[in-house]
Amino acid sequence: MERSKKVKFITGLVITAVVLIMAVWGMIKTPYDPYTMDTSAKFAGVSFRHVFGCDQFGRDIFSRVLVGVRETMFISACVVFIGAFLGTVIGTVTGYFGGWLDEFLMRINDALLAFPSVLLALVVIGLFGSGKYQLIVALGIAFIPSFARIVRGEVLKIRNLDYINAVKLYGASNFRILVVHILPNLKTVLLSSIIIGFNNAVLAEAGMSYLGMGVAPPNPSLGRMLSEAQTYIFSSPLAAVFPGIVIAFMILGFSLLGDTVGK
Amino acid sequence: MKKRIIALLLVSAITAVALCGCGGDKTEGGSSKITIGIPQDLEDSLDPHIAVAAGTKEILFNIYEGLVKPDSDGNLYPAVAEDYSISEDGLTYTFKLRDGVKFHNGNKVTADDVLYCIERNADDGSGNALISAFLNIDGFSAEGNDITIKLKEADPDFLQYMTMAIIPKDNENPDTNPIGTGPYKYVSRSPQENIVLKRFDDYWGEKAYIEDVTLKICANADTIVMDLMGGSIDFFARITTAQAAQLKDSDYEILEGTMNLVQAMYLNNAVKPFDDVRVRQALCYAVDPDEIIDLSFDGKGTPIGSSMFPAFGKYYIEETNDVYNKDIDKAKALLKEAGYADGFTFSIKVPSNYQPHIDTAQVIVEQLKAIGVTAEIKLIEWDSWLSDVYTGRDFEATVIGVDASSMTARSMLERFVSDSSKNFINFSDPEYDKLLKEALTTVDDAKQTDLYKQCEWILTNDAANVYIQDLAQLVAINKKFTGYEFYPIYVLDIAKIKPAE
Repeated sequence: MERSKKVKFITGLVITAVVLIMAVWGMIKTPYDPYTMDTSAKFAGVSFRHVFGCDQFGRDIFSRVLVGVRETMFISACVVFIGAFLGTVIGTVTGYFGGWLDEFLMRINDALLAFPSVLLALVVIGLFGSGKYQLIVALGIAFIPSFARIVRGEVLKIRNLDYINAVKLYGASNFRILVVHILPNLKTVLLSSIIIGFNNAVLAEAGMSYLGMGVAPPNPSLGRMLSEAQTYIFSSPLAAVFPGIVIAFMILGFSLLGDTVGK
Repeated sequence: MKKRIIALLLVSAITAVALCGCGGDKTEGGSSKITIGIPQDLEDSLDPHIAVAAGTKEILFNIYEGLVKPDSDGNLYPAVAEDYSISEDGLTYTFKLRDGVKFHNGNKVTADDVLYCIERNADDGSGNALISAFLNIDGFSAEGNDITIKLKEADPDFLQYMTMAIIPKDNENPDTNPIGTGPYKYVSRSPQENIVLKRFDDYWGEKAYIEDVTLKICANADTIVMDLMGGSIDFFARITTAQAAQLKDSDYEILEGTMNLVQAMYLNNAVKPFDDVRVRQALCYAVDPDEIIDLSFDGKGTPIGSSMFPAFGKYYIEETNDVYNKDIDKAKALLKEAGYADGFTFSIKVPSNYQPHIDTAQVIVEQLKAIGVTAEIKLIEWDSWLSDVYTGRDFEATVIGVDASSMTARSMLERFVSDSSKNFINFSDPEYDKLLKEALTTVDDAKQTDLYKQCEWILTNDAANVYIQDLAQLVAINKKFTGYEFYPIYVLDIAKIKPAE
């Protein structure tokens, strides 16, 4: 690995590790209950007791950011899982078998890709109502097409390689070829698209919660916190600044990793 | 190369178009034009006899008028009628139509139109009426410009219902093509975008000051401050204290009044576990309105304990506030008695466009944790609130403000009669039905007031809802404008707003 790449990789790793630690911390215990309101601490500034200050209800922003990171990570991970899993299934099947099924599914795929994913998610939420799990399903569906397309392209390339023809001659079943001979070769391309997809999922979650479509109050997610804080951005910007910084770092960390992994 | 140039041209064209779209809604200097932010689209109906949402009715107030009309002190003055008289026995009402009152379509208001409106709201033959007070009408007739209404029994509040909007008989679509006699006429509506009104120059009374009014729908409560600061709206009638604090030292003046509605966590009395009075009482003991007002509203707001707010004067009972003072032990004991010693989980549906209600719900969720009850907030769109919660009654709890359509105790209390179509909480108490029915037909004012008060006590003691407060109303108005007046009911009188000197 060349030097600049190495620096990128390590920086990405460190930032991601910090964010992950925050998420795990949010899972185990937060310094304050992120939901407890305190009249006397409304809009409290940065101090040793409240390292990130307090929001409009006097809730500790640091604790809320920890839980928010956890929520955002959880949602993004689920979204990417749905997208990557179903995308891979659709991509391998269509890429390997081709024919009318390929045509049919890929045209649907193209149609879905034509919509911005947020718009698509808005439609799904319009149908099923808003909430954390609805958001996961909505964004998950929106993430399928890009995975399906990438995987299909890769499978198309692999299926015509000589070694595939060789195992075919040995009489291997289609299922065996797909699972044993093709899937492992998708590893690198999948890994980098998962990392990029994760970034997009974090942004999409923040965007949707910002629009009031995701996590319901009083539960924090990074997007939700930003949305609530914008009203007070001029008088007490802390509530907006910290979740914003954390989102930026999360994206930065994963982008750096994604840039270096698999290339 | 050629391809690239074409692509570049295309991209710049698209960008230019996109940017044009961004700059469109900034208000220009002329102050004969105002953009008013409203929190929701007028989804339910533009037909004044059908509309139910307070947010819709407060706008329709500018388009329609009744024979009489309320002023900002809550008194009624003759509007479409020039004069009226009530017979000694209180059974016969005579209205003399004002000469030269015109509808927005240019036609003169005739006695026929008035009769049509009364008929539309009266008994439909099956014992139901759009205005239930009209069930009491024995007969009505017109002679020239005099309209006579005869009642079966005397009703001291009847005149309040003559604020019923007068609409032309020949209008086939009052729902989409509203025509009234008010100071503003309807121009257009773009769903989820805006409603445009124009001054009605043939108005019979004092004409409105501002010619063009755009009501812009600001369904995202979080962006209202940005909209005001950015100048895309000049006026917003209901901002929160925190939002008001942001607007200090800006071009906006903040006026303070009361919102005149009953904000409460309304409970669906028909679903488990809220069908048990002890559970409802437990919630009342656990929720502390004062703390909500302190946390979410900077101490501005009046706690209330029943379905009546202070502007009602003699009907309002301050003592109902003290029935459920915060008492966690008592709340827990009541829950245990009802069989929910370990608490339970329920959801609160809150319309996502009303920040005050969302803030209130957040504090309630926190307060209920103390008695082991887990509440989840579900944000829903305003139109789903109307269709699912209000009409469909498909909810467990909701935080909302209920207004009075007129200055009568009846308008607040009647909805809780078990078979009322407006009884969205499914409250049912035979004693309440009986007392309210008695109150409606009592002529003696003192006795009637007493009966209404008994009804209020039933709502409090049965813990029909978790009553919270009459919200403080903070109005943000651009300093270019002045003249806004608060009403004791939920209306927004645009005609009074005028350009500042």
